[in-house]
Amino acid sequence: MKSDIILRVVAKILIPFALMFALYVQFHGDFGPGGGFQAGVIVAAAVVFYGVIFGLAAARRAVPEPLVESMVAAGVLVYAGVGVAGLLLGGNYLDYFVLDHDPVHGQHRGIFWVEVGVAITVSGVMLKIFYLFAGRGRGFEEDDGP
Amino acid sequence: MLAQHLPVLVAVVPLVAAPLIVVARSGFLGWVTALLVAAATTAMSAALLAQATASGTISYAIGSWPPPWGIEYRVDAANALVALLVSAVALVVVPYARRSVSAEVGQDRQYLFYALLMLCLAGLLGMALTGDAFNLFVFLEISSLSTYVLIALGRHRRALLAAYQYLVLGTTGATFYVIGVGLLYLATGTLNFADMAVRLADVRDARPLAAGLAFITAGIGLKLALFPLHAWLPNAYACAPSAVSAFVAATATKVSIYVLMRVYFSVFGVDAVFRDLPTGAILAVLSVAAMFAASAAAIVQPDLKRLLAFSSVGQVGYITLGISLGSAPGLAAAMAHVVNHGITKGALFLLAGAMALRLGGTGMDRVAGLARTMPVTAFAFVVGGLSLIGVPGTAGFASKWALVSAAIEAGRWWIAGAVLLSSLLAVAYVWRFVECAYFREPPAGAPDRDEAPADMTGPALALTAAVVAAGLFASPVLEASTRAAAALMGFAR
Repeated sequence: MKSDIILRVVAKILIPFALMFALYVQFHGDFGPGGGFQAGVIVAAAVVFYGVIFGLAAARRAVPEPLVESMVAAGVLVYAGVGVAGLLLGGNYLDYFVLDHDPVHGQHRGIFWVEVGVAITVSGVMLKIFYLFAGRGRGFEEDDGP
Repeated sequence: MLAQHLPVLVAVVPLVAAPLIVVARSGFLGWVTALLVAAATTAMSAALLAQATASGTISYAIGSWPPPWGIEYRVDAANALVALLVSAVALVVVPYARRSVSAEVGQDRQYLFYALLMLCLAGLLGMALTGDAFNLFVFLEISSLSTYVLIALGRHRRALLAAYQYLVLGTTGATFYVIGVGLLYLATGTLNFADMAVRLADVRDARPLAAGLAFITAGIGLKLALFPLHAWLPNAYACAPSAVSAFVAATATKVSIYVLMRVYFSVFGVDAVFRDLPTGAILAVLSVAAMFAASAAAIVQPDLKRLLAFSSVGQVGYITLGISLGSAPGLAAAMAHVVNHGITKGALFLLAGAMALRLGGTGMDRVAGLARTMPVTAFAFVVGGLSLIGVPGTAGFASKWALVSAAIEAGRWWIAGAVLLSSLLAVAYVWRFVECAYFREPPAGAPDRDEAPADMTGPALALTAAVVAAGLFASPVLEASTRAAAALMGFAR
């Protein structure tokens, strides 16, 4: 679909807005529908869209495979790190009350970072699945062993 | 400061280690991390067990939300013992895994192997230590999903099929568990096990509770390979990489058995499960069927790892038989067999992995003449086999003796007889190995003497020594199991 100029132009216009919408869903998740999972899916969808229009190789150049794999792990680390931060600040594991002087702000800060972690892992996993499926039979697939 | 957070740290440390290993992308660093984590969780579990034995139940509120509203980690003499078993087995398996995994898993995937092993460890430890029914489901899924992938890493394509089989059945089991928990939640309005135990007394309509109990029994029964729900187990154990077979066989079904004990004895209570419902009779019939049918199937297996897998189904039968008695001595015997069979089967699978490394497989034809080519491994395997039979001086004897005494005390002589009779079948399948290894000639061209390297034989022999030690000095395990049974039965706040 690389040759279709309408698709390419529309994709280039839409993708930044999709990413912006993901950020809105991420940060507005505290007050309305949304949150880390949905935002992560939208980010991944934007990259998948890019891959569908401009080809898998272009998508891999824009978001390389090692980065995707690190994202899968990094999100979990951010989530678990919030829990450990609670421990270090003198509370229990995943204790958000101690993350700020004001317990309510602390709760807010804790869930904010947890949702950031969720978004990173979800978009990483989505992209990993996309790369694995899209790469099948194209020489991209990993060695299956003997 | 650290000591008060131990209940959660035991599960959090491996959980954090797993993504760190993925980020590092190095098989060697992954192995070092896994080794450190296994040592740390073993030390922490031992400290928890000592603390729970000395001063009773330890309660930990995740996020400082007090139970029953928040998730509670609740450690007592029962689950601390299970956590110690799981992490100690991990501590033996990880040093062994270095060479075994190098031989069986591709170089570029080894870091993922250690990350998955850590996830599996975190899942099993979380299942053991949490006091929350839904949190338990989450950790059950963490341990199960990582186990599916670990099994799929096996050398042959068959491993993929085995992992898929286990995935379908394991997911069914987890779904049944969560349906059961849902019914209990509807009836009691709480997910906290201790709180649920108190509130169950006020529930008037017993039917949803019986349905919930049935769902949980079937779901967890699938995970612990209760006969006839064991179909996934033989292929999964036989096709997985050697280190995975050893770790999963020694721990995963055991943690599920603990969950069943917790639900039966702590949440519902002996009266509700064994007096008002025919659970005891059903469980006893299935257990005896497992002891005979699975042990008989083990005799005719063409592969040593499959033989051990079928033997596992039979041995789980002894454990559920202890549970089915519905008495404190029966529960203590079941708990003792959880520990003793865990280390026995762990040792046997490690030895089988050492054979696989040298012989290229564990088919019965390949182990012919093993006593000449790998005498130490063959002898240790026989010692482990004696523990499966329940010969005095091995761990298996101590817990089977406790089981027979508990059955006689409960006035069920036929159960005592069934235990003794089915042990004869164990004699038969262990004898098959002895016959192949000691009374047959090694295949032509076999090297004179060719033991597996010390970093594999060492951990396997250490665990075999533990089997003998637990047989000669049986009282520490039996006493810990008795305390565990008391903790399981006297649970409510």
